[in-house]
Amino acid sequence: MAVELFLDLFSQPCRAVYIFAKKNNIPFEFRRISLMDGEHFGEEFGKINLMRKVPALRDGDFYLAESIAIMIYLAEKFETPDFWYPTDIRQRARVNEYLSWQHQGIRTHSSKVFWLRVMIPMVMGVEVPKEKMDAALEDLNSSLKLIEEKFLDDRPFIAGDQVSLADIVAIVEIMQPVGSGLDVFQGRLKLSAWRDRVQAAIGKELFDEAHQAILGAQENVKLLDPTVLQASKSKILRYFM
Amino acid sequence: MELYLDLISPPCRSVYLFATAVGIPFEFKLVELLEGKQYSEEFGKLNIVRKIPVLKDGSFILTESTAILMYLVQKCSSAVADHWFPANLQQRARVNEYLSWQHLNLRTHCAKVFLLKTLYPFAMGSEVPKEKMDAALDDMKQSLDLLEEKFLLDKPFILGDNISLADLVAVVELMQPLGSGVNSLESRPRLMAWKERVKKKLGEELFDQAHQKLLEAKGLQQEIQNSPHLQKLQPVFVKLFR
Repeated sequence: MAVELFLDLFSQPCRAVYIFAKKNNIPFEFRRISLMDGEHFGEEFGKINLMRKVPALRDGDFYLAESIAIMIYLAEKFETPDFWYPTDIRQRARVNEYLSWQHQGIRTHSSKVFWLRVMIPMVMGVEVPKEKMDAALEDLNSSLKLIEEKFLDDRPFIAGDQVSLADIVAIVEIMQPVGSGLDVFQGRLKLSAWRDRVQAAIGKELFDEAHQAILGAQENVKLLDPTVLQASKSKILRYFM
Repeated sequence: MELYLDLISPPCRSVYLFATAVGIPFEFKLVELLEGKQYSEEFGKLNIVRKIPVLKDGSFILTESTAILMYLVQKCSSAVADHWFPANLQQRARVNEYLSWQHLNLRTHCAKVFLLKTLYPFAMGSEVPKEKMDAALDDMKQSLDLLEEKFLLDKPFILGDNISLADLVAVVELMQPLGSGVNSLESRPRLMAWKERVKKKLGEELFDQAHQKLLEAKGLQQEIQNSPHLQKLQPVFVKLFR
């Protein structure tokens, strides 16, 4: 049986795994877990991943969570081209450095901006205080600045001359606020040029396909059943506000 | 090779413990966090993110403890036993899975408890609201529960029979709340036993020495309140708690 990937393309780390697997023609079965329908709370999915998060991988009787671990596992199992996760010690270190920094460095902020702009006001009907929104935007802006200054600097891609896992993981996070109607690329020439290069390296068709759900988010969330999030309401508000 | 560290910081401890335990020679460069040295102009040239640990190997500068640990494993492969970061695909994936998960879970939650106790009063000019502290303790409990129920279970170490980078990175984070008077191991005999096993594998004396600064920081909260160096950093710290 082929590798199964449990994904919802609404989620940044799911998009990264999806893009990487598709780009490298890695055979897999797409198992959709709809977060908005609360499918990750189902009994079946709890057996796949105790932490009830996507993405998740099942390869025979081997189960794996965490997008970064999944991508590295796929890269090594399917022997993808070296540049994705270079064997050169310094280049690999640069990729690992970004993959580590990004959890708190950008992922937290891009998720927060999306929730504060879309999910909390539009789906949960809760007003977001201006100072919370401003703080979240400030953090996001600082992160984007760091990506330009430190992680890109004068290089075409994060690890150097070629695209790597770091660029995929970076771009899917940056696209999350874009899905909330915020054009973070505007006024950021270096970031925009890098985005164009990453899109070309991945393939525009694949990139667009992966981002279809999130870019349609503002429209799609209007169709959501708000009661799905009701159970987690206090937890969500405590986490983001 | 230089390692820029302050052992009050958990990721600095993991890098320090690993390099020392496996015998990788390095020069210890202290970056005193309580004096705000990470905000000095000099340190900014080394790392614009203004965080530690930082590795400097010739002209190569590397940040992020997990990246540094993997770099050391790869560079000193002949000196580093396989169990630390196994070559076996699935076992390595298990280490990567833990190292990824822990950033926004155990690390964030244990750090928050520690920071609320030691830094909040200084940054915000008042005691920590009970609600905030309870929420932080609850988050920490959930991460510790997952550490036990998903990652460790009944195995001696996270990967099984032997210690790996996962145990090292976990243990230093778990120790942090103890530096602020919160016993993360309370009523958790399984984690206590695991911690003792990890300590033994690293070397008990080395483990204690690495944690000395954290555990002997009596009145850390007071020290922070009184520190002249930290006065001007107060607005920076406010951001941590908003």
